[in-house]
Amino acid sequence: MAEKKKGGLKELSPITIYKNLPKTNCKECGQENCMAFATKIVNREVDLDACKPLLKPENAKQYALLSELLKPAVKEVTIGIGDKAKKIGGKLVMYRHEFTYKNPTAIAIDVTDEMPESEVVSRVQKTDNFSYEYIGNTLKLDLIAVRSTSENADKFKACVKKVSETTQLPLILVALNPAIAEAGLMAAPKARPLLYAATTTNWKEMAELAIMYDAPLVASAPNDLNALISLAKTLQEYGVKDIVLDPGTFANDGLADTLNNFTVLRRAATKGGEELAGLPLIGIPMVAWANKGDLADDLVKWRESYLASMLITRFADAIILHSNDGWSLLPTVVLRQNIYTDPRKPVAVEPGLKVFGTPDENSPVMFTSNFALTFYTVASDIESSKTNAYLIVVDAEGAAIDAGVAGRKLTAEKIADAIKASGIENKVKHRKIISPGKASRISGEIEELSGWKVLVGPRDSSEIAKYVIDKWQP
Amino acid sequence: MITTTHHDTDKKKDNEGLQLSGDILEALAKFQQVELTDFQLDAKELEILFAPSMAAQILPKLKLPGAPGSKPTSLLSTTFPTPIEKYPNKISTVKLGATKSEGGTRGKSFTIGGELSPAFYTFENPIPHKPIITLDVFDMEVPLSKAVKMHVKDVVGDPAAWAKLAVEKFGADMVTMHLISVDPLLKDATPKDACLTIEKVLQAVDVPLIIGGCGDPVKDTALFEEVCTRFPGERFLMSSVTLDMDVAKCAQFIKKAGNAVLAFTPMDLNFARELNRRLYDHLDREDIVMDLTTAALGYGLDYAFTNMERARISGLMGDQELAHPMSSGTTNAWAAREAWLKMSAEWEPRELRGPLWEVTTALTLLLAGVDLFMMMHPAAVKTLKDVTNHLTSGKKADPANFADWVKVKA
Repeated sequence: MAEKKKGGLKELSPITIYKNLPKTNCKECGQENCMAFATKIVNREVDLDACKPLLKPENAKQYALLSELLKPAVKEVTIGIGDKAKKIGGKLVMYRHEFTYKNPTAIAIDVTDEMPESEVVSRVQKTDNFSYEYIGNTLKLDLIAVRSTSENADKFKACVKKVSETTQLPLILVALNPAIAEAGLMAAPKARPLLYAATTTNWKEMAELAIMYDAPLVASAPNDLNALISLAKTLQEYGVKDIVLDPGTFANDGLADTLNNFTVLRRAATKGGEELAGLPLIGIPMVAWANKGDLADDLVKWRESYLASMLITRFADAIILHSNDGWSLLPTVVLRQNIYTDPRKPVAVEPGLKVFGTPDENSPVMFTSNFALTFYTVASDIESSKTNAYLIVVDAEGAAIDAGVAGRKLTAEKIADAIKASGIENKVKHRKIISPGKASRISGEIEELSGWKVLVGPRDSSEIAKYVIDKWQP
Repeated sequence: MITTTHHDTDKKKDNEGLQLSGDILEALAKFQQVELTDFQLDAKELEILFAPSMAAQILPKLKLPGAPGSKPTSLLSTTFPTPIEKYPNKISTVKLGATKSEGGTRGKSFTIGGELSPAFYTFENPIPHKPIITLDVFDMEVPLSKAVKMHVKDVVGDPAAWAKLAVEKFGADMVTMHLISVDPLLKDATPKDACLTIEKVLQAVDVPLIIGGCGDPVKDTALFEEVCTRFPGERFLMSSVTLDMDVAKCAQFIKKAGNAVLAFTPMDLNFARELNRRLYDHLDREDIVMDLTTAALGYGLDYAFTNMERARISGLMGDQELAHPMSSGTTNAWAAREAWLKMSAEWEPRELRGPLWEVTTALTLLLAGVDLFMMMHPAAVKTLKDVTNHLTSGKKADPANFADWVKVKA
């Protein structure tokens, strides 16, 4: 396989970008000047297309050159069309600490063409409506995978049609028989569903379909990377533009192979610049359902869920799941959110007084730690319950409440100092402060040092609103 | 014969057209035959003019991929060379527990660490030692979530019985005896009282122990000193020594007793390096396990994961101060409200959601390189064991039935 080195992340400097920009300093991109724009480009905070002069025909050469320079190690592939289209891949790096991962793993939930129509519709709607509020983010699901279990073209066509009518979410069409796959494509023409899959036996017909319907195509070769890369190369030369790699997912025996395959492909793409390995990877945790034996359904869901989590950690750009139970999906979507956050985001927030709603001189005063996750959780609970309150954020060196108290990062001295420094004494008439339940051990000390009466509040901030209603008296 | 690589071609490739023809013809004049290997040509229009007699000889050897009408008719065979990296360093090993022949009283001992590659890169190097699971046992009542409490409610308050349950029923490799009753803000029990508890637990189970303090730097120093004096040779892991303790003093009595130390730092690799440097004055590398702080899924797991992954890669790349086995207080997963909170019906039952929260936290950190897991829920323990067994079994994937998922009627 020929090696083609790309401009790695570290080699790119703003100067390299700047030299190829039109240098008009027109500010059309929203930046002060072209150098500022170049810096944002290098940090991947803006798109190259934001530079309007660069899009003019006379700058085509520079545009092409810059696009090549900025090309990610893993190609970005778009599934679907319109607002809900899902981009997968586009990764610049292997490890999370190197740079923020782009395009969170797309999660698909399946339906089949043999499910009763009502079940298909309810599963699709449940996927569509899935939503969890998590520190200021709404966690959602992304795709519907329609599988043909019937081997009947008409049934598959009808099912895909029904799903398309029910949701705007992009689709994955799962059928290894090209005739059936085509029936599905006919029911969703121009919708750019991800087609699953081209194998070493059906690849030519699948390639023809992918080209004819302008659909991205999965190349699948379970646990055989030579075959997988051969397949990808063949499809590429055949003229298929967007290819996604499926190296196979194995739940028990073969779990090590699964992780190894995902890892070596991503390493070859990011560290070796291998173009064919540099395609998005799809994982299929729902294989847990295919070899479940006599395992109870809850245990299969459990296994599927942890496979999904391991694959999210190990480089999967898309995954297909069967279970749509909230308890099994929640860890997966929260982990995905965690893994795809900016690793440079500070662990601590600025200490000081925060005001919620419109508190008056009788409103409750509380304190918490400046650990970012603690603060955001408490803040979102106070906000969503529409409680009017003052919150003193104490510098606990970024430790959570329990860890802070145990590790002497959140001490009575610091809390007393923070009360003083906050100026709260001029804002309220009372001298009562609500402590997190997990800091109850030091409430006596706080009273001694600050002169404020400490009310030990709930151990979890979800109960703040109830606590204020039931217990708060200025 | 000459060989022209595509790199040479690239240099001369330009918008003007094919500049190579001159070279090729020259070579042809000299050698009569030219073989082009690994050759790629991008062109819109291509005109090749050779002397007819020569062309007859040459043309069959010229493959022009991408030219119109040249779609492959059969699978193009290529290989994927596995990208192997060599690391200049390896992770230290640490032995935990001591059998009678090793100077202690335990039925077994474990070794952790020794990795030559990032976590489970078994395509590169085998796993030298399986990760070990230790279950938490507390010496007094502590707030426990419902999903955990239902499994241990009969033994809370009886550490020996709790330890027995953890080992015999839940499959714990080790037990962590958390002596929180010594906390001056809780029961303020004496180190001597705490040693009585350890004595009972040593009698009840024969696995290696981790000795946990209360988090008060002064009291823990006194506790650990008493434990080290009272139980030399057991190769306990003392959990934990932190930067705000008298590190030199602790290191000395831990070394004297032949125990190992858990070096705990709050999510900052510079602190971890500093603590290890101070421990090196009195302890060997093989006595130190690092705890870089575990945050729960949804509550900072991303920081913990990246911190540990960086530490492991830095260690392998030659940073000796980070090349130690890692431990994770995975029980912290239960600090996440999603692990224990009763939520609306669509997210229930929490009896499954909770332990799955612990599993997800554990597996994420397993993939960052953790060697020792301090855990809580029996189902989470079982899953982590199953997964590490699968990952180290050496059994290969069976691709024959992989595609079954496509048609499975779940």
